[in-house]
Amino acid sequence: MGTSHRETRQLSTSNSLYEMVYDEVNRCIQCGYCLPACPTYESMEKESASPRGRINLVKMAAEGKIDVTEHMKEPIDQCLGCRACEVACPVNLDYGHILESAREAIREEHKKRNRGISFKEFFFSQLFPHSRRLRAAGNLVWAYQKSSLNKIMRKTKRINRILEPMVQMEKALPLVDAPVKRVKPGSVIPAKGETKARVAFFTGCISDAVLHRTNRLTVELLSLVGCEVIIPERQNCCGALHAHQGLKKNARDLAKKNIAAFEHTGADYYVNNAGGCGAMMIEYDKLLKDDPEWNDRAQHFSSKMKDISILLTKFGPLPFQKKWEGVITYQDSCHLRNVQGIHEEPRILLKSIPGATYVELSGSDRCCASGGIYNLLQFDESMKILDQKMGNVKETKAATIVTTNPGCLLQMRLGIERCGQSHVMQGVHLVDVLAEACGVG
Amino acid sequence: MKEAILKEIQQIIPKNRMLTDLQERYAYSFDASFGEYLPELVVQPQTKEEISEIMKLANKYHFPVYPRGSATSLSGGPLPVEGGVVLDLSQMKKKLIIDKENLLAIVSPGVITGDIHRKAEEAGLFYPPDPSSSQVSTIGGNLLENSSGPKGLKYGTTKEYVIGLEVVTPTGEIIRTGGKTVKNVTGYDLTRLIVGSEGTLGIVTEAILRLIPKPKARKTLMATFPKLTDSGYAITNILSAGILPAAMELMDQACIRAVEHFHPLGLPIDAEAVIIIEVDGHPLAVDEEIKMCQEICSRAGATSVRVARDEKERDEIWKARKMVSPAITKMGPTKISEDATVPRSQIPAMMERLQEIKEKYQLNLVVFGHAGDGNLHPNIITDKRNKEEMKRVEDAVGEIFESAVELGGTLSGEHGIGILKAPYMEMELGKAGMMFMKKIKEAWDPNNILNPGKIFPKPGQTRVVLR
Ligand SMILES: Cc1cc2nc3c(=O)[nH]c(=O)nc-3n(C[C@H](O)[C@H](O)[C@H](O)COP(=O)(O)OP(=O)(O)OC[C@H]3O[C@@H](n4cnc5c(N)ncnc54)[C@H](O)[C@@H]3O)c2cc1C
Ligand code: SF4
Ligand code: SF4
Repeated sequence: MGTSHRETRQLSTSNSLYEMVYDEVNRCIQCGYCLPACPTYESMEKESASPRGRINLVKMAAEGKIDVTEHMKEPIDQCLGCRACEVACPVNLDYGHILESAREAIREEHKKRNRGISFKEFFFSQLFPHSRRLRAAGNLVWAYQKSSLNKIMRKTKRINRILEPMVQMEKALPLVDAPVKRVKPGSVIPAKGETKARVAFFTGCISDAVLHRTNRLTVELLSLVGCEVIIPERQNCCGALHAHQGLKKNARDLAKKNIAAFEHTGADYYVNNAGGCGAMMIEYDKLLKDDPEWNDRAQHFSSKMKDISILLTKFGPLPFQKKWEGVITYQDSCHLRNVQGIHEEPRILLKSIPGATYVELSGSDRCCASGGIYNLLQFDESMKILDQKMGNVKETKAATIVTTNPGCLLQMRLGIERCGQSHVMQGVHLVDVLAEACGVG
Repeated sequence: MKEAILKEIQQIIPKNRMLTDLQERYAYSFDASFGEYLPELVVQPQTKEEISEIMKLANKYHFPVYPRGSATSLSGGPLPVEGGVVLDLSQMKKKLIIDKENLLAIVSPGVITGDIHRKAEEAGLFYPPDPSSSQVSTIGGNLLENSSGPKGLKYGTTKEYVIGLEVVTPTGEIIRTGGKTVKNVTGYDLTRLIVGSEGTLGIVTEAILRLIPKPKARKTLMATFPKLTDSGYAITNILSAGILPAAMELMDQACIRAVEHFHPLGLPIDAEAVIIIEVDGHPLAVDEEIKMCQEICSRAGATSVRVARDEKERDEIWKARKMVSPAITKMGPTKISEDATVPRSQIPAMMERLQEIKEKYQLNLVVFGHAGDGNLHPNIITDKRNKEEMKRVEDAVGEIFESAVELGGTLSGEHGIGILKAPYMEMELGKAGMMFMKKIKEAWDPNNILNPGKIFPKPGQTRVVLR
């Protein structure tokens, strides 16, 4: 037999992929240390769904042995981007960079072939940042009708496949705060008592739309521990969604705007409450490293940006007022843990709540498969991983499951719905729990 | 692969466990060594019967079959060098039973070695073989490569802990070797024949492993030597004093510097060698032994000897050793990791030879390894895209093998022959030795179906080729 010759046909080489990552992928020693860390390798049980496999496929595509769209795209689409593989890697491979470059190459290749992105991706990228559009089923239909695609896409089957995850998602969305209560851009909230530091708060686009109550409570907690909080005007989306979809240029533009907006405040620290956004922003220095004009400013920005749990531990203790009842458990936000390296602080804070029984969730360091909009794009795979996680959650007997990122939060709530526990279990942000225990609501 | 054959395989294996797409097959084209070979099909079997059927088909249609665990082999063991079918055994991982009464573990081939360590420990037992890849490697891979790690010095290699196997032969028969008893002299010892055969004589579908009680205590020290040869004396003196440490690890100066540069731990960068010694056993014995080790090191010329006072300090000491691999990969994109092994007494001589080779070929060569059992790991850091340098690397690797064999040692202590070291087999075994090995292979696998292209060199192949 031997290797068949059909395979030696000419494939489109993505030279940009070669330029972007060939050196980096060559640093992979294929040791496989990343395999046990990868949730998709565990759930899909094949090498192409593993970090080592994906890196090799990017290398093969860069060498022109496989096609970027026909062969490399699917395994890359199936990656959660949770970056647990980076933590496990003995040679510190920059998987995040490889993944984003692969996505950029896919997008370029699509453009070249005049294909555009898939209907599904378009649909979600139009909707997701505008979460209020997601709110009601009626809105879903509205969004669908608005999009110019409805004529082409009348096949109900296809629509159902797309709407099902969204209908499930809808149940997970929290209640809306009254507009008057929301955190307003441009405002300054004084510290309660002595002012220990001035901090500028990043509200985040999704959090701002969906979790503004959490945002308001974040500001109150900061003020309680002695921080004067500035809400910079003209801040915008962190760019994570764009970078993860291969739109690096857009991500860079957004980064620059944020850097400028925050510099303007002259604050001691910048603070955020979304693990994913925080991870994106502490890597602005990497994103802008080839831009001489912005490089220094980006480094400065990244070094000042902190997760809320860091500042609350640094300036705490929090003035707790109430005794907590019931078991609390914690699901790491992958980007908080794997990219920002923060896992102790949220746990320390939760354990410090008077009366709280903290039970560690087995596998809490593994991704919940929310993965940006992964849960919408790869619904079945995502639910497989989520349902398995919910099994572990049930074992903790927790009444409260805490996360630190809006995407994870929605996913956990979806998980609670799916396993029929919504009457005994709630999914909340770390800030919500702490605020409640401090008697602010 | 012909449609007709694929159809027949489909009768045996469900579609979702047959990978045919180009990207899926490329994902099984490599291991942790060199080279890339595209299989025509990847199959993920779940039962011995499925495997047996595939082997029968393979003999009927003469296509090669390549067993694969986690593909962490450093010698090309699972590479499908002649195309054909990759048998992915990493997903055959359901069974992991600890039999406390009989001190046994019964495992499926795809179970991760580290999981056996954990499960055994939960039961107060101990499975000693500890290759550093144990968090990833499958027990099947360990068995077929006869893997081992630092603990090999005191506890021996994987083969010491296997007492029974279930095997599908290359012609598709299902056989059992050994059993559940440690003592067993019934017939030829086929268990030992299969262990370390690098997947050329059979596919292991289940293994019975021997466990031992977990040692109650352990103590660890790190000693710094201004002179490399002195560290060699310390090692031999400890062993001849009647102490058998659980591990004795050595790092040379290039290694120490690489680690310190990569992740500052306060290592002595002027020292020519650092050794780490760990003793385990009864708490009283352990206390006395570590004290003796400390004294012997000092007498042999160590400038500092640090004994860990608690687990945290122990972890710090071991961290230096664990950092070696990542640290040296920072020195260049390609790492050639050798495992030539010499009798203990020849360690100083081998170290000298390695320094000569390093200078002769002007290469970035660092040495670390399991000094207690003579298993050194000379690593050459290079860039496989630099053709001129790779030529020098090939020559150097050849010379390392020759030195080891001349000093009464062996080509490979841990990583196996695979494709990389095949050309040097005859040098170590001689013509007759090779012939008898070949006869065994022919008897088991008359059609040369299972993992062909491994261990035995191709005609005329006389040197290692890395380009
Ligand atoms: C970073 C790193 C560190 C390492 N450290 C060590 C070490 O300290 N000590 C050491 O000894 N090795 C070490 N190795 C080498 C390697 O991990 C071992 O050889 C390991 O046993 C391979 O296991 P695997 O599951 O990856 O098997 P694979 O690499 O997939 O296969 C190894 C061989 O076994 C065969 N095989 C696998 N499963 C079966 C089966 N069920 N039936 C029949 N044949 C089978 C394959 O055909 C192949 O020939 C290291 C490797 C790396 C990458
Ligand atoms: S752990 Fe790092 S070097 Fe090893 S295979 Fe994974 S990405 Fe490659
Ligand atoms: S980012 Fe997460 S899902 Fe993707 S390869 Fe790494 S570990 Fe796997």
